Amino acid sequence: MTSSVTLSVMRGTPQTGPALTHYDVPYTQGMSVLDALLWIRANVEPSLAVRYSCINANACKECSVMVDGAVVYACAARLTPAGATVEPLAGKTVVRDLVTDIVPSKEQLGAALGARR
Amino acid sequence: METTYGGRAPAPSGREMTMPHMETDVLVVGAGAAGISAAMSAAKGGAKVLLADKSLVGRGGATIMAQMTVAAALGTYDSDDWELHLADTLKAGRGLCNEELSAILCQGAPERIRELDAWNVGWARDEDQNIRAVMAPGHSARRCVYVDFLATGPAIAQTLRSQVAKQRAITRVSGLSVRDLVVSDGRVVGAVAVNQHDGLVVTIAAKATIIAAGGLTKLFQRNSASANMGGDSYALALRAGAELIDMEFPQFFPIGHLAPRLVGMDPIMWDPFRYKLGGRLLNGRMEEFLENYGVSDSGTYTAPRDVTAYAIVKENEAGRGSPAGGAYLSFTHVPEADLRAAFGPTIDLLAENGIDLTRQPVEVAPIAHYHMGGIRVDTAMRTTLPGLYAAGEAVGGANGANRLSGNALPEALVFGELAGRLAADAVSGQPQGWSEGAAASILDLVAAVNARAEAAPEGTKAGTSALWTELKALMWDKVGLMRTEASLTEAVDRLREMRLTDLPQAALSPGAAFNTTVEDWFELRGALQLGEAIALAALNRRESRGAHQRLDYTETSADFERNQVLKLDGEAIAASWVPLTKLSSSKTFEAAQ
Repeated sequence: MTSSVTLSVMRGTPQTGPALTHYDVPYTQGMSVLDALLWIRANVEPSLAVRYSCINANACKECSVMVDGAVVYACAARLTPAGATVEPLAGKTVVRDLVTDIVPSKEQLGAALGARR
Repeated sequence: METTYGGRAPAPSGREMTMPHMETDVLVVGAGAAGISAAMSAAKGGAKVLLADKSLVGRGGATIMAQMTVAAALGTYDSDDWELHLADTLKAGRGLCNEELSAILCQGAPERIRELDAWNVGWARDEDQNIRAVMAPGHSARRCVYVDFLATGPAIAQTLRSQVAKQRAITRVSGLSVRDLVVSDGRVVGAVAVNQHDGLVVTIAAKATIIAAGGLTKLFQRNSASANMGGDSYALALRAGAELIDMEFPQFFPIGHLAPRLVGMDPIMWDPFRYKLGGRLLNGRMEEFLENYGVSDSGTYTAPRDVTAYAIVKENEAGRGSPAGGAYLSFTHVPEADLRAAFGPTIDLLAENGIDLTRQPVEVAPIAHYHMGGIRVDTAMRTTLPGLYAAGEAVGGANGANRLSGNALPEALVFGELAGRLAADAVSGQPQGWSEGAAASILDLVAAVNARAEAAPEGTKAGTSALWTELKALMWDKVGLMRTEASLTEAVDRLREMRLTDLPQAALSPGAAFNTTVEDWFELRGALQLGEAIALAALNRRESRGAHQRLDYTETSADFERNQVLKLDGEAIAASWVPLTKLSSSKTFEAAQ
């Protein structure tokens, strides 16, 4: 039997501002914070924005967020039965929910347009 | 430090800004090993290049996920040469390889490996400081090179990222999703793309476009895919009018991690463990079982992937599976010192996950890992559509019905380099063929989907996740390892219904910035069509061969020693058969030189 655990996620955009939203997520031993976020996206809120690529391998380094105040990779951070609070990276500009503007400035469309138009 | 949410004044949404237009000689879609290699060689050939990736350049896609090895006949050990590598590749491919493409891959691999070495990728070395190469399943010589520990893909990705950043002729854009290619007078003349951060739509004129965003294993429930391996490459090419080949062949990696839950590691991680340490594959009764399927594997790692995957599924059907529905993989007979010498820090990472390999086996099961099929190209990486090239996993044919382990990265590096070089040659001195009119229908669709999203009341639950969930379950159950006419027909019918009826009505959520529901909608638009293409191709191939196993046609048939080509005919997918491409003469290799 799986028990459930509460994941509190700071959601919002520059227009709405931040709001902490609570989700009940089925808990399985050993699951990651990203597992829980992707479960929410698949089952509760398809619009939950979180940046990730490799999902499980801790290779791409795209999924950094704050879990209970510490900067971690969501794919490698283990969720405990006590639950967790997930927030976007501090010191970055939020794009939506947990997605912050971590794209290197030279790889942004704006830079490309400046260079080419 | 504060997280910044900006002022309360609404930031200008990309969708309200004037639509920018960009021009480039060569557009490369996808920035893994294939895309970066293509961009680099195109720039070297004098072209201006726009390198776009849905994720971050050099971080998304398949390359970064590759923890294992790269096959290249460097010739250091076992009197190896590229023709031996080719022979192994063709054998693994179960007779269906496009031999010309396989030859280009095998012949070109050593140069790419040495180039990466010169860029300090960090290949593991032997006692004599040669690049160390190990044996892998299906290879007849030690030729699989790697970066310790389990770091081959990340090391290649990082090396290519730093090399591409030095090229002034290459403009990199991360977070740019290509919605469709623009076709004018039968030629690909560029693309329409959307900037994920703000929803800004951009048109891109390109004299040549290289599709290098291969991988579609996200379509299957159990997969080793990264987030953006939803099949964009194949769908973009198919919709533009190009041909796909061998789409009935997704590769199932037999020993993907199943249990206990393991975080921070790729599910394919047991592969290098088996290369180095052997390990024993056992059924639920702790008995070796591969011998019952006509292969031997005990303590080694030599059984072919397709046979191993099939055997694990069959053992479970017979009630002899492991508790989580796979097989046991055991290293309990390997001394701890050997484990640590081979995998150092990985052993600690396993301990953090509560796994002690000296005491317990893990559970493994087949997992969708790679796609042998793909875009049909010639030896110059040209698709059947003028102006469009493909590279890497996106290309179909080089690996036939079953890919030899270690061939995915050389395919990316070699085909990427070739596509970029030849595309640059082809566009030199050519004018742009851009046409506003040809882009209009794509821009209309992008606008219509955005408008539908914006019209949704706040709090609407989007339907995109449910469609993805259904698609993945359907592909796994009915188009996966064990296929029948009934399961495939059901899949084709339902996938078509999902694409034509459910998707157009799927609810979306509002918002221009990083709207996952709109991104998912466009990804599903391609993925549903590709799912149908795979199921249809599998239905037509009435035999079992390599990764394609039919329960109702269990034998390999000489009648099917041919390749299947798919092409759009209106809304329908039309299939036809073409003869195998065999090596005729050494002239074939001139393109690779």
